Amino acid sequence: MAELRALVAVKRVIDFAVKIRVKPDKTGVVTDGVKHSMNPFCEIAVEEAVRLKEKKLVKEVVAVSCGPTQCQETIRTALAMGADRGIHVEVPAAEADRLGPLQVARVLAKLAEKEKVDLVLLGKQAIDDDCNQTGQMTAGLLDWPQGTFASQLTVEGDKLKVEREIDGGLETLRLKLPAVVTTDLRLNEPRYATLPNIMKAKKKKIEVIKAGDLGVDLTSKISVVSVEDPPQRTAGVKVETTEDLVAKLKEIGRI
Amino acid sequence: MAGSRCKPPDAVVWPQNAEQVSRLAALCYGHGLPIIPFGTGTGLEGGVCAVQGGVCINLTMMDRILELNPEDFSVVVEPGVTHRALNTHLRASGLWFPVDPGADASLCGMAATRASGTNAVRYGTMRDNVLNLEVVLPDGRLLHTAGQGRHFRKSAAGYNLTGLFVGSEGTLGLITAATLRLHPTPEATVVATCAFPTVQAAVDSTVHILQAAVPVARIEFLDDVMMDACNKYSKLNYSVAPTLFFEFHGTKEALAEQVQRAEEITQNNGAFHFSWAKEAEERRQLWAARHNAWYSALALRPGSKGYSTDVCVPISRLPEILVQAKEDLKASGITGAIVGHVGDGNFHCILLVDPEDPEELHRVKVFAEQLGRRALALHGTCTGEHGIGLGKRHLLQEEVGAVGVQTMRQLKAVLDPKGLMNPGKVL
Repeated sequence: MAELRALVAVKRVIDFAVKIRVKPDKTGVVTDGVKHSMNPFCEIAVEEAVRLKEKKLVKEVVAVSCGPTQCQETIRTALAMGADRGIHVEVPAAEADRLGPLQVARVLAKLAEKEKVDLVLLGKQAIDDDCNQTGQMTAGLLDWPQGTFASQLTVEGDKLKVEREIDGGLETLRLKLPAVVTTDLRLNEPRYATLPNIMKAKKKKIEVIKAGDLGVDLTSKISVVSVEDPPQRTAGVKVETTEDLVAKLKEIGRI
Repeated sequence: MAGSRCKPPDAVVWPQNAEQVSRLAALCYGHGLPIIPFGTGTGLEGGVCAVQGGVCINLTMMDRILELNPEDFSVVVEPGVTHRALNTHLRASGLWFPVDPGADASLCGMAATRASGTNAVRYGTMRDNVLNLEVVLPDGRLLHTAGQGRHFRKSAAGYNLTGLFVGSEGTLGLITAATLRLHPTPEATVVATCAFPTVQAAVDSTVHILQAAVPVARIEFLDDVMMDACNKYSKLNYSVAPTLFFEFHGTKEALAEQVQRAEEITQNNGAFHFSWAKEAEERRQLWAARHNAWYSALALRPGSKGYSTDVCVPISRLPEILVQAKEDLKASGITGAIVGHVGDGNFHCILLVDPEDPEELHRVKVFAEQLGRRALALHGTCTGEHGIGLGKRHLLQEEVGAVGVQTMRQLKAVLDPKGLMNPGKVL
């Protein structure tokens, strides 16, 4: 049964608990000396892959990340959670800033073919750019079916039943493998890395390659013009009665 | 604290570092101004009430996690760091800090009140998990209770100053950093629950489980009133009977054995329906009653406020005091549900009271005091976790005795001769 192989993409982002500060030159946010962690939705993807492996539905889980050397920490976390080996697609720091969903999708598509995987798992979006595009683009490039915002995943032979969280409620799809799935919050609760697993992870292999080795072009047609703080919240206004409230709302054209 | 309104200070300051705290303390002390340390303000015994006015020194802007030493299992934190924030920070490291009081409290504040959480039975309280403290003394001098930068696991060097400040509730100085002991994150967790025909049976099971050296991580007791409240609040279907909630930590193999032993023991004590869960989502569901206990109890009487008692007795005396507590509740006409850290002999009566009703507040106060005295009569303590604060100073006297209190006063007089550090608390 366990013939399926899974590729899980993980992104290194600024830790969700950090207070973000915009750089004075408005070219981006401060990342130096700031705590980084695995994107929370990627954690859910790794957890799902590992659970499938524990259920003996998946034979091997490969974790991949694109970026500078520090990405290897993120891959190690995935290995500590139970992934079998890692691939680090090395991109120097300056170039990594310009890596967008399309570039990453091109890499993942090439890797999916090269590694002959049946399932590509990703978080639905990264908490730094909130793009929610990489999974969809990867599926497009591979011409594979996609189940995005998955809140439940069931393997049924050579098919995948995916329950998706959409605006109208829950949608259930059946996809033929190979497929791309992106994970949503309610899919699972990721495990914490434990010390023994962190030790074991140190011995697992991380292969370091370059995008060029895969024949992938990382050039982007998008450039960031400026990054600014959101406008300061202004104080609210208190009114005495409901009538006043309605009048005020009418006054500012809200109703 | 039952019946006490918040007494605000005359001024509040937010220092950015220990040096500023030191200058502030010296300034206030020189001018005879009371000093009130403030962390998250989540203490339950009125510890931040400025009963004589004065300056509240809010330490929450100092919120760095410094010096994580994973191989030494230690970390240094400033007062603005809460236990949940620390564990979030540590989540990928394989380490955690296990003391988890109900509120997301400041770790330095937890050190100040010698706080505890639901897994004290296995991991200890703040008493066992603070290695070193950086304290600004009332006159502004900076003290490192175990020596600057030191984080050894044990030492026989001199008087235990760290222990003196852990639990001093801000009456001896301001804690500006704490070196904490970390533990390996459990490899796997299993939870279980079962109900009993009597309180005695539940307590007996607890004692037998501890005697069997099952390293249970959490063992919580909920009485029938609480179980009923939980059913109503969360629309669940638990048996309305004395119930134990367990949590076990360990490797998969060790857990199987722990759960099996616990199940056997509870069955020997007449338990019905032992259920257990392994996956995170199911564990959450099984423990739902315990997690929502406070809110479930409050929902019994909408609009009321909850006051929690906090006595702790030797485990063998727990059934006796629980029976007495329930009788006292009936006699005083107060609605109360009971939650207990039964592995420590510590339990809380969650009393529901109308905060605008002085007669009711008085009855609650009388009940709480009586319960405190009952605990003392059974060789226990009037406060397992929450501290003495404002309301239990006279009980402290009865608990430690005249010489005990004299010694405490002498220590206080040496460090704070003017009596300006958090006046009106503890002594």
